[in-house]
Amino acid sequence: MYRYDEFDETIVRERVKQFRGQVARRLSGELTEEQFKPLRLMNGLYLQLHAYMLRVAIPYGVLSSRQLRRLAHVARRYDKGYGHFTTRQNIQYNWPALVDVPDILDALADVEMHAIQTSGNCIRNVTSDQYAGAAADEVEDPRPWCEIIRQWSTFHPEFSYLPRKFKIAVTASPHDRAAVKVHDIGLILKKGEGGKTGFEVIVGGGLGRTPYIGHTIRDFLPKEHILSYLEAIMRVYNLNGRRDNLFKSRIKILVNTEGPENFRDQVEAEWEKIRDCDIDIPREEIERIKRYFAPPAFEALPGESASFEAARARDAGFDRWVRVNVVAHKVPGYAIANVSLKEPGRPPGDATAEQMEAVADLGERFSFDEIRVTHEQNLCLPHVRKDDLYAVYQALKEAGLAAANVGLASDIIACPGLDYCDLANARSIPIAQALAERFAASGEEEDLGELKINISGCINACGHHHIGHIGILGVDKKGEEFYQITLGGSGAEDASLGEIAGRGLSSSEVVDAVERLARFYKRERREGERFLDAYRRLGHDAFKGAIYADA
Amino acid sequence: MPTLKLKDGVLTVSADRPETEITLEAWRAGARPEGGRFALVLPNDVDVAEAAEALARVDAVILHFPVFKDGRAYSQARLLRERYGYRGEIRARGEVLRDQVLFMARAGFDAFEAAEKDAPGFAEALSEFSVVYQSAADGALPAWRRRAAARAAAA
Ligand code: SF4
Repeated sequence: MYRYDEFDETIVRERVKQFRGQVARRLSGELTEEQFKPLRLMNGLYLQLHAYMLRVAIPYGVLSSRQLRRLAHVARRYDKGYGHFTTRQNIQYNWPALVDVPDILDALADVEMHAIQTSGNCIRNVTSDQYAGAAADEVEDPRPWCEIIRQWSTFHPEFSYLPRKFKIAVTASPHDRAAVKVHDIGLILKKGEGGKTGFEVIVGGGLGRTPYIGHTIRDFLPKEHILSYLEAIMRVYNLNGRRDNLFKSRIKILVNTEGPENFRDQVEAEWEKIRDCDIDIPREEIERIKRYFAPPAFEALPGESASFEAARARDAGFDRWVRVNVVAHKVPGYAIANVSLKEPGRPPGDATAEQMEAVADLGERFSFDEIRVTHEQNLCLPHVRKDDLYAVYQALKEAGLAAANVGLASDIIACPGLDYCDLANARSIPIAQALAERFAASGEEEDLGELKINISGCINACGHHHIGHIGILGVDKKGEEFYQITLGGSGAEDASLGEIAGRGLSSSEVVDAVERLARFYKRERREGERFLDAYRRLGHDAFKGAIYADA
Repeated sequence: MPTLKLKDGVLTVSADRPETEITLEAWRAGARPEGGRFALVLPNDVDVAEAAEALARVDAVILHFPVFKDGRAYSQARLLRERYGYRGEIRARGEVLRDQVLFMARAGFDAFEAAEKDAPGFAEALSEFSVVYQSAADGALPAWRRRAAARAAAA
């Protein structure tokens, strides 16, 4: 993975020093809260319902063991002993004291981490495929490109006060695990003519109150031009994006009011003028960054492992965990092991300091010192020998992290909701917990197969309910918490936005309704058909009817 | 309000404003400055291409930050410098605060309308970062160029 050199290190240290000064000015009263607000927001520090919340960037979701241990240390020393992994592959701490934040940032800088651009109307943490470098289906490793974009976007002088926040995602596989079509910019690395790789550039996707699937504005961009092309898009947006209405200021609104073709023409015209302007980095710098992502020293192993098969035969729990959480690796004898942070009954995405340390140890011992954070709020050990999977599983079990539910109904994505967020209409976490417990207890979860449930506490859609196969949205009905169900969403390569299904439901009704949907699917499905496929075949009304069937 | 002027990395306070200000409308209507110093005032929603032919005739261009969060003038300033080769003064007017002044300078601004008491804070803000990642209008070498230079020196 990438390591800072003196230049990267200097930027992060200078940022901490600057922020320390800003906090001191606030604490001394030189700055009012109102004046301090834009400054702290530039560094991921929000004031929430009960306390400050600090969001720390995990660039494209990649962590070393040392970094994860440091996150555990911060959780223990400065928070209440846990942290919350987000759908942006970041981590949030919900209880830091303002006076401690500069020290936290220094502690993070020691391990090459920071909170730069985790909030504010700037280019946020670039996200990517959690299986990068391990997936069998990838064209090339997307992480060097994420790092190149990270550096270019850090403290970009022209694009730090955009109309609105800006999110970029990169994937390199036909199977999209980074939800690139619902980002402000989505990039897909793919092979073009002559076997060269380049980017498909997708612009104007997004969730929130006006969800859109992005439009491809360029089918193939030679990859060495990515920064100048991004700069052209950003400039068109910075100059023309709406600033008079917060809800119309994302790039998706600009793209869709101007029309994707018109928007593309503006970008292409701008790019023609700047493509040779010293923005794109030269080949040797690309190669320098790529070298950090060279594959680890994989052993030559047989594809099958006798000890692994024996353990599966012996231990049914392990066998199920392998079936559900373990994914094929591109190198024979290795596997990708997902670590669920969705133990039923626990807040989705939360991990205690001890759990983080347990995963850090496993990463160090069994996964070439690498850990990933997924945008589904789980963790992942990307390079585990099949021979070691049983040991990994047992250690995870000990740490309370062996839930075998990745991709299943109880692997729910939920925003913080009313428990933490002052914009919320309704609670998200208790609904997620109740649903997860219901599905886990039913024993039918695995049989239901891939079923993505997403919960947002309000229309801002931080829980990405529009792209849940089943989405749940908290709404306010005369001061009471209600929930609206959406059906048929997907954030993957077959992206689609969920459709609203009928009236709002109370918190007790909504859990029953989701269970009825699952039962209806099970009754109607064809062999090998996922929930989403069955929904698409049978149609919205059929599933909508199931929600209210016994009501 | 005085103007804080940045030249060769040094910020100085200038109390007087010798320029006569002229709007883009006036320019378009045919008003042509004769003698004296002139500053063209551009709102942040105009395409700077429209001001291109005026640039050779004015001593300063004044760009607007109606609120600090409205960052359109950063793009305007870069375009003036990098596309139209404008070498005169580019001055920031409006909500011009210490915490944005480094970005402004990097985008090509070299004058800031601000109170005299702001000068020390502005000067500090301008020197808070010694490394940048991207090339812009200020000529600062991006990190990748410095890396290449360091490699060349070591070789
Ligand atoms: S979706 Fe609404 S309630 Fe949930 S975190 Fe976002 S703003 Fe808060």
